[in-house]
Amino acid sequence: MPESILNGLFFYVLAVVILGGAIMTITRRNAVHSAIWLVVTLMGVAGLYLHLNAEFLAAVQILVYIGGIMVLFLFVIMLVNLDEAAKQRQFNRQWSLALICTLVVLVEFGFFLMRGAGSFAFAEPGQGALKPNTELMAVALFQDYLLPFEIASLLLLVAILGAVLMAKKEI
Amino acid sequence: MPEITTAHYVMLSAALFSIGTIGVLTRRNVVIILMSIELILNAVNINLVAFSNQLMNMSGQAFAVFVIVDAAAEAAVGLGIIIALFRNKETVNADEIDLMKW
Repeated sequence: MPESILNGLFFYVLAVVILGGAIMTITRRNAVHSAIWLVVTLMGVAGLYLHLNAEFLAAVQILVYIGGIMVLFLFVIMLVNLDEAAKQRQFNRQWSLALICTLVVLVEFGFFLMRGAGSFAFAEPGQGALKPNTELMAVALFQDYLLPFEIASLLLLVAILGAVLMAKKEI
Repeated sequence: MPEITTAHYVMLSAALFSIGTIGVLTRRNVVIILMSIELILNAVNINLVAFSNQLMNMSGQAFAVFVIVDAAAEAAVGLGIIIALFRNKETVNADEIDLMKW
């Protein structure tokens, strides 16, 4: 079956891109390199959305994350002088303890997923469809979740005010 | 090659979440800690979209949009705080910001 082989290939290549980019993001000394590797990870996640029938979200991921949030990050990296920080110690003193604790949690996740993966199949697929993706997304956002949508717009307004207030020289 | 199921996506998401947590807990640079938080939010989004695909329900994707909105708001405020912090203390290392520590 060539289609299932292609599906698996897509998934594993994107998984390697995502996890490799994430590991490079948290280990680089230079913050600009971290930001570039984070872009690689976000592109991989956008590819995964395409694979999961979420075309609208893939476009939003590229427009908002890579186009908006990452430019904001790079802007702040240029604004704040990070040359001094790049020469110093990169990890805090308790890094080994944090690493061990997180790896224990990861092994726990993996163990329970290995044992419980079969139970995901019990959930019956619903009657809905995903196919005119943008149209269904509009129905979901503007009919079913109209109040959360308005609250999200209010949250963005407050965040803009907060960001401007924080970055102002004198309040 | 076995078929790719929702469990594969959840496992990938768990791995990405753990990498983000390691970044938050071990790095000193505040900008990179914020980037690690973005990694964690992306791991959550992969879970939501994978289950949306399995259950054929748009709610997961709608919630993923709300998570992206939250990530944008958090990045804007967090980077504003970093600029204010750098202006006052001339440092971006998380363990040197200990003014309120006893």
